[in-house]
Amino acid sequence: MIMDIKDIIKPENLVYQKTSVLTDNAMHYCPGCSHGTVHKLIAEIIDEMGIQDKVIGVSPVGCAVLAYNYLEIDWQQAAHGRAPALATATKRLYPNKYVFTYQGDGDLASIGTAEIIHACSRGENITVIFINNGIYGMTGGQMAPTTLPGMKTSTSPYGRDTSTMGFPLKIADMIAMLPGVCYVTRQSVQTPVAARKAKRAIAKAFRGQEQCKGLSFIEIVSTCNSGWKMTPVDANKWMEEHMFPEYPLGDIKDYLQ
Amino acid sequence: MAEKILMKGNEAIAVAAIRCGCDGYFGYPITPQSEILETLTEMRPWDETGMVVLQAESETASINMVYGGGACGKKVMTSSSSPGVSLMCEGISYIAGAELPCLLVNVVRGGPGLGTIQPSQSDYFQAVKGGGHGDYKMIVLAPASVQEMNDFVDMGFELAFKYRNPVMILSDGIIGQMMEKVELSPMKPRWTDEEIKKLHGSWATTGKDADRNYNLITSLDLDAARQEKFNQKLQAKYREIEKNEVRVEQTLCDDAEYLIVAYGSSARVSQKAMELAHEEGIKVGLLRPITLYPYPTAQIQALLPHLKGILTVEMSAGQMIEDVRLAVEGKVPVEFYGRAGGMIPSPEEVLEAIKTKLVKK
Ligand SMILES: Cc1ncc(C[n+]2csc(CCOP(=O)(O)OP(=O)(O)O)c2C)c(N)n1
Repeated sequence: MIMDIKDIIKPENLVYQKTSVLTDNAMHYCPGCSHGTVHKLIAEIIDEMGIQDKVIGVSPVGCAVLAYNYLEIDWQQAAHGRAPALATATKRLYPNKYVFTYQGDGDLASIGTAEIIHACSRGENITVIFINNGIYGMTGGQMAPTTLPGMKTSTSPYGRDTSTMGFPLKIADMIAMLPGVCYVTRQSVQTPVAARKAKRAIAKAFRGQEQCKGLSFIEIVSTCNSGWKMTPVDANKWMEEHMFPEYPLGDIKDYLQ
Repeated sequence: MAEKILMKGNEAIAVAAIRCGCDGYFGYPITPQSEILETLTEMRPWDETGMVVLQAESETASINMVYGGGACGKKVMTSSSSPGVSLMCEGISYIAGAELPCLLVNVVRGGPGLGTIQPSQSDYFQAVKGGGHGDYKMIVLAPASVQEMNDFVDMGFELAFKYRNPVMILSDGIIGQMMEKVELSPMKPRWTDEEIKKLHGSWATTGKDADRNYNLITSLDLDAARQEKFNQKLQAKYREIEKNEVRVEQTLCDDAEYLIVAYGSSARVSQKAMELAHEEGIKVGLLRPITLYPYPTAQIQALLPHLKGILTVEMSAGQMIEDVRLAVEGKVPVEFYGRAGGMIPSPEEVLEAIKTKLVKK
């Protein structure tokens, strides 16, 4: 007997559904990129918390500049590095909304260091999602402050030489020291287990805004297989072997209930 | 008649902001305008009206806070002086490109670089011709008194929301620091969040309600053809502003043989110079642009048939004079008198310039 697919698509057979907070737009991200997975996790959390009408997102300059094409929420698109400043004003003017920024490592840890540090220092009651892929993806794979020693990029073609190009900036560890920050965790999304853990962390951070304890910061150690010039599978493996020792996963600070 | 209060220009900006229902001020200290933030923090408007007042970590942060606040459909503002405004220019371009309302105040000091803390008008080009990148325009208001510092705050917000465009009050260190009597504006309540949804819910990030599509504040469009269309839409808006919003004050212009064009503090000095000239029988009029963009081009052109010459007076090396010359199109001589670097011209110097450069006797 040949079954028609339409006979199978019935409410009683539903085991999984794309959240309606995600749009149907095809994502522009490269296959294997972590951005798409993180977008989906955030969308699911917004859906599950029922806060679509209370969320305002701030997108960065970087590959995720177009995040607003994929999540059905109100969005502001910030200048490079300045998302925490937009989010500061937005949260202060709408204290009952859930406000988050979504930023890459060039955006947050290079050009935007002043804005993130001071948003943390003031204890802005926002959530920051920080995608650390160790490279500038959007502009074609240049060195980032987070690039590993020896790592080859288009502006460190012989490998990052720490004697002239500095060391990886561990911004999560730095901001964990600030009293205005209530939750800092480092996660990844390369396996279903890791993605589930990351989702729990993001959900905790969003819920944490209700406790008004300060800024919550989720670093997602990520791959950029195009920038790293690796297949998605190799990039995941390389991340586990090289990025995780430099950026160890787990909670760095947790003052949330 | 309403009570008049003696106050500084900078204080007038702060008091007017609270009274006109401003939702948020974000700023960073710099002379000669720090009294704006100081007055606001002393008055604690958050207790009374709920207005947010925040000292940001830099002017870069201030302008981007204003960007976020404007995106929320709220009445937000910042103030600074020249070096700080230079730092804001990227943000101003984003705000113009995202078509957001906001009020900016530049209490200008002499430049370039760190320059001086003395008053100047050398940021005219930056305010009127761009400053930031891209084809954008700000509406620029030039107060010449402390009363106008007060009045232009509410007017600035009205224009900013009417056109969803940044508005700048281009003042200077004299008007910011001097004290004059001011009639305060009537108290306006801040918009409630419900009112903001009703007024600006079609575009502002107020949270995506079930009955509308999500709102997006951005200046990005990677498709060149669509980006050009958007630029054309912006230009059409600017033509509309040019048609509707020119403001100018003319004194004794109708039968003048000579004309001084000056704004802000220079107009105050030129007013006195004009009176001195009349005592000597020289028929001089004064045209004071109140809006620097849109510029009173037509108003200047209307006076040309009976003019023998024009003197532009500025506290700069000569910036606004370019717009005067564009209006005049070579029909009468346009001369310049200015002082730079924080120096202020005296009425006697301006009178002398009228005599030597225009009357030539
Ligand atoms: C003021 C400014 N400087 C530089 C750029 C160019 N630029 C665009 S994206 C980017 C880097 C983004 O890298 P990252 O934040 O790591 O995000 P990713 O693309 O890797 O996700 C740069 C330098 C810009 N848009 N604006």
